[in-house]
Amino acid sequence: MAQEARGAVSRLDVDEPLNYEILSQRQLIWRKFRRHRVAYFCGVFLTLFYVLAVFAEFFAPYGAFTRDTNFLYAPPTPIHFVDEAGVFSPRPFVYKIVSELDLNTFRREYVEDKSEQYPVRFFLRAEPYKLLGFIETDIHLFGVDEGAALFIAGTDGLGRDLFSRMLLGARTSLFVGLLGLAVGFVLGLIFGGISGYYGGGADMLIQRMIEFLQSLPTLPLWMALAALVPPNWTPIQVYFGISLVLATVGWTGLARVVRGKLISLREEDYVLAAKLSGLKERAIITRHLLPGFLSYLIVHLTLAIPHMILGETALSFLGLGIQPPAVSLGTLLQDSQNVQTVTINPWLLYPGAVVVVIVIAFNFLGDGLRDAADPYKHI
Amino acid sequence: MLSYLIRRLLYMGIVLFLVSILSFYIINLPPGSWIQNYALELEASGDIVDEAELEFLLHRYGLDRPLHEQYIRWIVPLVTEGDFGQSFEWGQPVWPLIEERLFLTMTVSLASIIFVYVVSVPIALYSAVNQYSIGDYFFSFMGLIGLATPNFLIALVLMIIMLRVFGVTPGGLFSPEYLRAPWSLAKFWDMVTHLPVPVVVIGTAGTAGLIRILRAQLLDEFQKQYVITARAKGLRERFLIMKYPLRMAFNPIVSSVGSLLPQIVSGSAIVSIVLGLPTTGPLLLRALIAQDTYAAASMLLMLSVLTVAGVFISDLLLMWLDPRIRYERGN
Repeated sequence: MAQEARGAVSRLDVDEPLNYEILSQRQLIWRKFRRHRVAYFCGVFLTLFYVLAVFAEFFAPYGAFTRDTNFLYAPPTPIHFVDEAGVFSPRPFVYKIVSELDLNTFRREYVEDKSEQYPVRFFLRAEPYKLLGFIETDIHLFGVDEGAALFIAGTDGLGRDLFSRMLLGARTSLFVGLLGLAVGFVLGLIFGGISGYYGGGADMLIQRMIEFLQSLPTLPLWMALAALVPPNWTPIQVYFGISLVLATVGWTGLARVVRGKLISLREEDYVLAAKLSGLKERAIITRHLLPGFLSYLIVHLTLAIPHMILGETALSFLGLGIQPPAVSLGTLLQDSQNVQTVTINPWLLYPGAVVVVIVIAFNFLGDGLRDAADPYKHI
Repeated sequence: MLSYLIRRLLYMGIVLFLVSILSFYIINLPPGSWIQNYALELEASGDIVDEAELEFLLHRYGLDRPLHEQYIRWIVPLVTEGDFGQSFEWGQPVWPLIEERLFLTMTVSLASIIFVYVVSVPIALYSAVNQYSIGDYFFSFMGLIGLATPNFLIALVLMIIMLRVFGVTPGGLFSPEYLRAPWSLAKFWDMVTHLPVPVVVIGTAGTAGLIRILRAQLLDEFQKQYVITARAKGLRERFLIMKYPLRMAFNPIVSSVGSLLPQIVSGSAIVSIVLGLPTTGPLLLRALIAQDTYAAASMLLMLSVLTVAGVFISDLLLMWLDPRIRYERGN
């Protein structure tokens, strides 16, 4: 903000000599990116979402495996501000939910018992958990006192709170994508680098390999690879396994980008100059070539994350990815495989909506970053 | 020209050979085998496990041999006689098992590709000509949703809507009365009426992607000098666009088949599982989980044949369409 204000003043004030600012590449990109409203918003949104996912246990009112057998397939609990008498209360509250058996359909119906109000409490002590895996605490952001229940997104067939599970599942899905990406990034950089910088036979071989991998139908390949993950692995191992599976195909696109950029950059005069002045190859690559296309890499990575997330979701949905009891957005969607069940309990599809929102946000972010990183594009 | 074709065919052969090795190897990597699973299953259900029978099965299917010998025992008859081996799970030859399913996979994929083109070309053209109009924004937004939604989710939502609004469960490719019937015109028509739901679901992501590419390509072309010249000479706008920029934009459309086809075949696998279509997808999933080696490897191989052949055809089309490419490759 301060920088922008200064720029505005210098343009208005004619008597003062124009003070030029020298901005680094990074500052230029950042400025352009800030101007891209939607992308900036998506960036902020995703950052918040990652925070939400990392501290999921704190934001979730219940544990992922806490069952309330009184509430199987309970719909989202309505939150009220105005009570029966029409009195407005600034603190939101819920009514006690009681289940009744509908004798015609033999389905459980959940109705509000309007006589009992329970205020939504913040920072209340409930189930104990370990924040970040090592800080023991029992404070949750919000919840209601015992006796009532607050299921923001309803419950599943075992009576577990879907909202809490979605937060924990999002953590798995978001980080599986990042992990797969990290592996894919290293592979893509190495293979693309060799291919682009050295050319010749190595280039030929690597390009054919990429074509080969890209011509295979991805999902069947992923399915075959995911079936490799032994059933007796721990959830953590499965997690790494699935990331690796996603990375097998994910690196090819990146390798192509790296190669293309290197081929055009290695012909530049400054590279020749660096070579003539006796710089080692390593130094040329890391100090002169890499900065030249790093921004492109970041853009490409941002756009690759949604693919990874969609891949994980699809695999887990089929039962080949993350295995229950571990939670991911894909495993949550497994519950919605039965159309009859989903039609009656449509909130089971909420995890799908979360996937869609995350993927869209990543796409906008990537688009914005691409425009910002392109030195010839003015926005 | 001819030498190019031969080179391409040779290359295809190599790719498929590698695919066959890769898929066979991947499927055999997990510890255990179908025989072991079978024995465990028998044990779990309280049946007596006959060691001699297991031994016999092991020997009969050649599972007691080293992996490369198993591979040769599978691939040689496949290439020479078109014999895809035995499915352990189903206790019958693989080919009759997958024959119709492969055909249906092809039909669904082809219909999806046609859908993608038929829908995306006019929309892209409209969006490019009326850039930043309400319609353009609408289609861009829809495209974004289409790209971001996993297609199995679209399938689920469509099924729910059908169930709620029309009270029918869509799914499958045939009405019950035609399920086991031999092929006839009536059965074919029955299939055609069942196609729209899966085709829309499978094609959505591809359509959205293609609209994006095509719109950008057309907008690029519109700015070029030859368009301005043609306009200055008084060519009718409609004629001008159809004749020049659209033709230029067809190039990336055709070459996009190469990336579209693997995507569609992938998509059809998971959508088939959700919608219960009798294509290779559900069978492949079962075969992979049951470690039914020959069935799974054969299906993976055939799906790859489908995509590789599709890419080859798109390359041929591209040569036919674009004289520059024809010239470059001919020499």
